[in-house]
Amino acid sequence: MKIHEYQAKELLKRMGVPVPDGVVATSPEACGKAYEQLGSPVAVVKAQIHAGGRGKAGGVKLVKSAAEARAAGESILGKSLVTHQTGPEGRIVKTCWVEKGSAIDKEFYFGIALDRRLGLPVVMASSEGGMEIEEVAANHPEKILREAFEPSAGLWAFQARRLAYGVGIPGDLVNKAVKLLQSLAKAYVELDCSIAEINPLVTTKDGQVLALDAKINFDSNGLYRHPELAAYRDLNEEDPKEIEASKFDLSYIALDGNIGCMVNGAGLAMATMDTIQLHGGRPANFLDVGGGTTREKVAAAFKILVSDPHVKGILVNIFGGIAKCDMIAEGVVAAAREIQLRVPLVVRLEGTNVERGREILATSGLPITSAASLNEAAEKICNLIQTNNKSGSAR
Amino acid sequence: MSIFVNGDTPVLCQGITGANGTFHTDQACIYGTRMVAGVTPGKGGTKWIGPQSKAELPVFDTVESAVQKTGAKASVIYVPAAFAGDAICEAASAGIQLIVCITEGIPILDMVRVKQTLARTGGRLIGPNCPGVITPGTGAQRRGCKIGIMPGYIHKPGRVGVVSRSGTLTYEAVWQLTSLKLGQSTCVGIGGDPVNGTQFVDVLKAFQNDPATDAVVMIGEIGGSMEEEAAEFVRSGQFTKPVVGFIAGTTAPPGKRMGHAGAIIAGGKGTAAEKVAALRAAGIAVAPNPSAIGTTMEKLLREREIYDRAANG
Repeated sequence: MKIHEYQAKELLKRMGVPVPDGVVATSPEACGKAYEQLGSPVAVVKAQIHAGGRGKAGGVKLVKSAAEARAAGESILGKSLVTHQTGPEGRIVKTCWVEKGSAIDKEFYFGIALDRRLGLPVVMASSEGGMEIEEVAANHPEKILREAFEPSAGLWAFQARRLAYGVGIPGDLVNKAVKLLQSLAKAYVELDCSIAEINPLVTTKDGQVLALDAKINFDSNGLYRHPELAAYRDLNEEDPKEIEASKFDLSYIALDGNIGCMVNGAGLAMATMDTIQLHGGRPANFLDVGGGTTREKVAAAFKILVSDPHVKGILVNIFGGIAKCDMIAEGVVAAAREIQLRVPLVVRLEGTNVERGREILATSGLPITSAASLNEAAEKICNLIQTNNKSGSAR
Repeated sequence: MSIFVNGDTPVLCQGITGANGTFHTDQACIYGTRMVAGVTPGKGGTKWIGPQSKAELPVFDTVESAVQKTGAKASVIYVPAAFAGDAICEAASAGIQLIVCITEGIPILDMVRVKQTLARTGGRLIGPNCPGVITPGTGAQRRGCKIGIMPGYIHKPGRVGVVSRSGTLTYEAVWQLTSLKLGQSTCVGIGGDPVNGTQFVDVLKAFQNDPATDAVVMIGEIGGSMEEEAAEFVRSGQFTKPVVGFIAGTTAPPGKRMGHAGAIIAGGKGTAAEKVAALRAAGIAVAPNPSAIGTTMEKLLREREIYDRAANG
């Protein structure tokens, strides 16, 4: 789960990470008021969306008066912000974070993520503050310092010192930086984060060490331990189809193609998408109904697929193990009847009770195309869509 | 022969009285797995009876007591995610050599802590978030060993090893092999989580040392670097048997978790293209599509002139 910068800063501040003072604003007027409330000659109005690259996209504005703050809010709020992470449609900004300006001296990168190879969280640090860590990793890997730590021990002070001296934090501020890094590591563990990133962390001319930006992602498997974090979820930032799918415990990810897919199992679902592309088609989604799915889940999944106006055809690929093919077939037929399916549907069933499953599809009276293998199924749905396109343009 | 388990391996089930534990232990008993005990804290002293198999197993409060009374060597875990890390460590502390954790959704930091405990206790963990391990039954006398949620009947005893991060995609591959008369020595699902117990390389090592395994199917997916490590293991000559590979997730967008917690392209790393390139560079035969995993193996075995031996098991 992702959260906004202002929420991450609120959490980090509570855990002992110094952040600049700021105020949440959801209207241009509130931005102006926030400026006055902060009482700082320079403030920054920052668009709050779950994507990076906001500064370059015009979502961060330096302001020097309440009027300027109001104008900045006017130009950001309610508008779509397009960054390299949002896709071309961008995100509508609903909230701004108005923050006290800082007299920045130097900028650094600090972030914590899981090192899968070590099986441990690792703190990464670089002198290239403000730059994305992927970019630094690609161009100047030698500029990234790493310290892995054990959750039970936390980040030792010597590790934090090594990082702080290593990236060039001014000597008189190293102790402050060490405290900040240890607090960040503690937050990462206590809140079950998957990513906790401060980019940039700044030293200021008046001798402060501050988290100027903050990004936190939570491990969704650990959320049950933190019911208080549920309030941070922002449904505006999520695809409505993904929200609907999560209600049925379905794993759904929207993509930009036109072939809806329904598959049991994550690996098989990815392989199905790949096979569609191999035949020149484009998958509209990833959808895993689960290894041991039910009739009800299949029906719910089917409805989510057809609710996407881009979907011009559907491919169902099920390998019945625990889930039985006849039960899946019943679910598909029931859902197709209920929604009066208007797009071609190719179903590939294999595994437990496959004969009965195929019979249910064949005798349903519905225009369902059967396929023996995944490869054949992908080929068939791609061809059906192409044929429909041609007859559509001829009309 | 086989790796990790065979028909003689005594197996206990942690979480046997739950719905999943009951269903799959029942299925394992029907398959012929040597199930010897169940563990559910608070239900020690009771008897578990398989709804279909009618098998009767003693239930214990602790893994330690179950091991003492029954000599169990392997454990399968069906307890909910919040308690699964604890269950793994309990099994390891009781001296269980092979711990198969089926549970999905264990917090990542729990697995980080579990691995630190396992480094001290020893014990091999398979999973979590995996279908389990199966050594298909070999003939009328020797029972097979099915530990996990895979459908038993799709498997056939034989000489091809299978290792995979996925569940149903593994069934797909196994079914293709079985349909081509290529039976399996052992199939290992290592799971879809970012921090897990057993890596591809660990399983390849075991298959290399197993005289009853002639070739291996390895099914990977996006995220992490386990496939690249396995490719390097093959490239460096430490694994010498034929390998067919497949990587799922060519079309997966970066930064999105594709169902499995571990299936995510993070920071531009862990793409399918990188992995396929690493596999190819190591001389691994990469199946062009998931429907061709079986036929790619068949072709490879014929090229190496070991098809007849593999097919006749």
